[in-house]
Amino acid sequence: MMGRITQLCVIACGAMAALMLSGCGERPQVIQYKQGKYQGKPDEPPYAAAPFNGDQAKWDRDIRNRTQNQNEYKRIGS
Amino acid sequence: MARMKFLCDAERCIECNGCVTACKQENDVPWGVNRRRVVTINDGVPGERSISVACMHCSDAPCAAVCPVDCFYRSEEGVVLHDKDLCIGCGYCFYACPFGAPQFPQAGAFGVRGKMDKCTFCAGGPEKDNSEVEFRKYGRNRLAEGKLPACAEMCSTKALLAGDGDTISEIYRQRVTVRGKGSEVWGWGTAYGRPEAPKGAPGAPGAAPAAPTGGKS
Repeated sequence: MMGRITQLCVIACGAMAALMLSGCGERPQVIQYKQGKYQGKPDEPPYAAAPFNGDQAKWDRDIRNRTQNQNEYKRIGS
Repeated sequence: MARMKFLCDAERCIECNGCVTACKQENDVPWGVNRRRVVTINDGVPGERSISVACMHCSDAPCAAVCPVDCFYRSEEGVVLHDKDLCIGCGYCFYACPFGAPQFPQAGAFGVRGKMDKCTFCAGGPEKDNSEVEFRKYGRNRLAEGKLPACAEMCSTKALLAGDGDTISEIYRQRVTVRGKGSEVWGWGTAYGRPEAPKGAPGAPGAAPAAPTGGKS
């Protein structure tokens, strides 16, 4: 009888220890923020993809020309 | 490197709300969210002025300063953007923004506040340029197509200018020079007063805005 109780105690202690140890393996599920720095995904510059394919000079030129379309004095002529 | 800015010429804006419509259409903005809107001062009173307002893409953006999860970033072109995957929809940016630019979709049954949505200067967000995901989350990326924001490009009177800050201020300066007025109703002098102006004079701090004196717009 005593042997059986001892056996049950050992099993219970073993199960308890295993349960407690499983807590040590828990990984943090909250993002660790670094204060004051952008934490999101990186963005690519607007000239990276097609149709510019990394040609920043062409993109700058196109945007500059496009901006001047808002200027009637140049678009239509004064 | 361009430093993208908006500039609205209050002398030209006719309150047609075309910019608002263009923005909603171009970016498929959800119901209840207005990335851009037209504000009219002294509505119905002779001399009323309208101005189109959206995110002004501040150089030192207060929304980014107060964001608890730091989801804002400034692109190389000076456009203030944010990562919606990180946004928790807390609304701090709305309280910090002097222009009321951050908007929150309220599609839930109990007015649940969604992730923040705002003007992106038609520059998309931190997803692959011109991808379906980018369009769904942030709207169209016109900058990556070599185009300027839809609101400014379709403005019928060209009151709303968009582009590199130096270039559009040069366009505005030329306009004001040709028509001979306008800078007094938009700009530093209106906001803060001119130091040389006597107290109570137009343009001085606390003085009433000057009445229009004629001239072509």
